[in-house]
Amino acid sequence: MAGDDQAVDVVLKVQDLAVDFKTDTGLTHALMGVGFEVPRGKVTAIVGESGSGKSVTANCIMRIIQPPGRIVDGTIDFAPKGMDPFEIVSLTKKDPRLQELRGGLISMVFQEPMTALSPVYKVGNQVAEAILCHRKVSRAEAWREAAEMLERVGIDDIDRRIQMYPFEFSGGMRQRVVIAMALVCHPEVLICDEPTTALDVTIQAEILTLIKDLQRELGNSVIFITHDLGVVAQIADQVVVMYQGRVLEIGTVRQVLKEPVHPYTKGLLAAIPGLAPKGERLATIATVVGDADITTPFPMQTLADGRQVSLPPELVGGAQQA
Amino acid sequence: MRSYILTRIAGLIPTLAIISVIIFIVIQLPEGDIVSSMLDRLQAQGVDTSEEYVQNLRAQYNLDKPMVIQYFYWAGNFLTGDMGYSYLFSRPVNELVWERLGYTLSITISALFFTWLVALPVGIYSALRQYTIGDYLMTTLALVGLATPPFLLALIFMHIGFEWFGISTGGLFSPEFEDASWSFAKFADMLAHIWLPMIIVGAGGAAFTMRILRANLLDELNKPYVVTARAKGVRPAKLVIKYPVRIAINPFISNIGLMLPALISGEALVGMVMGLPTIGPLLLQSLLNQDMFLAGSMLMWLAILVVFGILLSDLLLAWVDPRIRFE
Repeated sequence: MAGDDQAVDVVLKVQDLAVDFKTDTGLTHALMGVGFEVPRGKVTAIVGESGSGKSVTANCIMRIIQPPGRIVDGTIDFAPKGMDPFEIVSLTKKDPRLQELRGGLISMVFQEPMTALSPVYKVGNQVAEAILCHRKVSRAEAWREAAEMLERVGIDDIDRRIQMYPFEFSGGMRQRVVIAMALVCHPEVLICDEPTTALDVTIQAEILTLIKDLQRELGNSVIFITHDLGVVAQIADQVVVMYQGRVLEIGTVRQVLKEPVHPYTKGLLAAIPGLAPKGERLATIATVVGDADITTPFPMQTLADGRQVSLPPELVGGAQQA
Repeated sequence: MRSYILTRIAGLIPTLAIISVIIFIVIQLPEGDIVSSMLDRLQAQGVDTSEEYVQNLRAQYNLDKPMVIQYFYWAGNFLTGDMGYSYLFSRPVNELVWERLGYTLSITISALFFTWLVALPVGIYSALRQYTIGDYLMTTLALVGLATPPFLLALIFMHIGFEWFGISTGGLFSPEFEDASWSFAKFADMLAHIWLPMIIVGAGGAAFTMRILRANLLDELNKPYVVTARAKGVRPAKLVIKYPVRIAINPFISNIGLMLPALISGEALVGMVMGLPTIGPLLLQSLLNQDMFLAGSMLMWLAILVVFGILLSDLLLAWVDPRIRFE
């Protein structure tokens, strides 16, 4: 698994990303030097608790951070197929690549399928719009392609359903519509921001399978944001663990879930109900684990097996044996 | 949708029937009636008013019959298009009301459009630029607009027009067109006059609507569906209009029905101050003189206008919002 000797095809490289939110109560550092790579054609999961900066990171990649949030530092290098690579953070508002990026090259599926679609436009209109925003095709052609994609995400009786309004759809079906909307332009990267959190369990599994299957079919890369480690095990190739606006650990799904190095990741895994011994209290995560205060940042270190971890150097050796 | 429209229209009949009863009671409330007012006047002129003459008069106006029967005479005649006789002007009410109703309607509807024309762009601007100098300026103007009664605004405008520009801003027509028959020139003359009452009557509503739109839009701007559309690559200007504004104007549409009564009563006062040939001044005159047929007809027509306005705004809302249409 050592990545040093073989060049990994990286589609997206985030470096030193920092985001501040300026509010009435003061400055909040939402991200403090976040960095990770997204390998092409793979699923990268970003895990972490609420407020760890997962969604903010995703919004930065799309450049849809809204005031009072502001990117204050860092770069996001993007290398789409068949295009010159470019850097996302420095794109000006007028740059045509910015509009192309949103929904064209990178698209996003959100957490709340119930409110992610406007109630006053037909499903077909909203999916076809994604095509019309990025390609010069006729309205009829856009609707035809929208219907095709909607069928592909598992919506049947398409001639009738495409004319329906989002509020006539169930939550699971709406999320399928949002996924179709995100994939209809064949983006290079699909960002899923907790796409199954608001759905019930059986639908969750269906949507996960759908995202994974479509990813294999279309060959796009996926950034999958979640706080559910069970989902990570099911879908991800690579895992990025975030906490309080920083990355604590990056590794393959096996490395992170089976042999976590960072005390925080260990704590997270210990807190999963299924894995803890029955009848005992679930583990809680303390901010001070052993000698390491996880709220203080440490530089990322690359270990021998290729994974990266944010710990003081003297702790790394001991942690790996533990 | 069709059955929705039909039920709503069918619902109008009992509503208007109840309103007509209330109006009838209201115009009967003051002491005395047409005949006693007429007699006062005739006696003042020294005309002999014998008991028999009075009885004939009362019979002529059906005043000798019980109240309920009187109501049915009045309502029945109204339905057949006969609104009775105005003793004050010695003319049938029909002749008096139609033209004035038309002017009232013109001013009210143009004031409504003025309200939208101002409130829509200003409301959007204010919401998108929340807490900037521009927003504060618009908010201040809106609060002044809300706090100034229309008749006062009319007085101020007329004063400014007369003192500074030496023009008389009252009325709807220049003197030479006042009694002229309808022509293009007369219509143009009306347009040259109607804008002032339009602004004065619409100002308060524009301020109110703009504030509502601003608040609605601020609620909608960060809704998930807006973020989704932004992430989809919809261009910023189109994004704002197609997504949040489209939702935020719904209450705006249902407001039409609520704004109509306010506009009409505002117009009544402004009409008095500016000497407009509208319903307002005539209504006041007829009420003061207990000219019950005239007053009752005008009140009834205003009620009909408001009720139909509300119906229209409800249908419009169902047309633009599928969530209502599908219920």
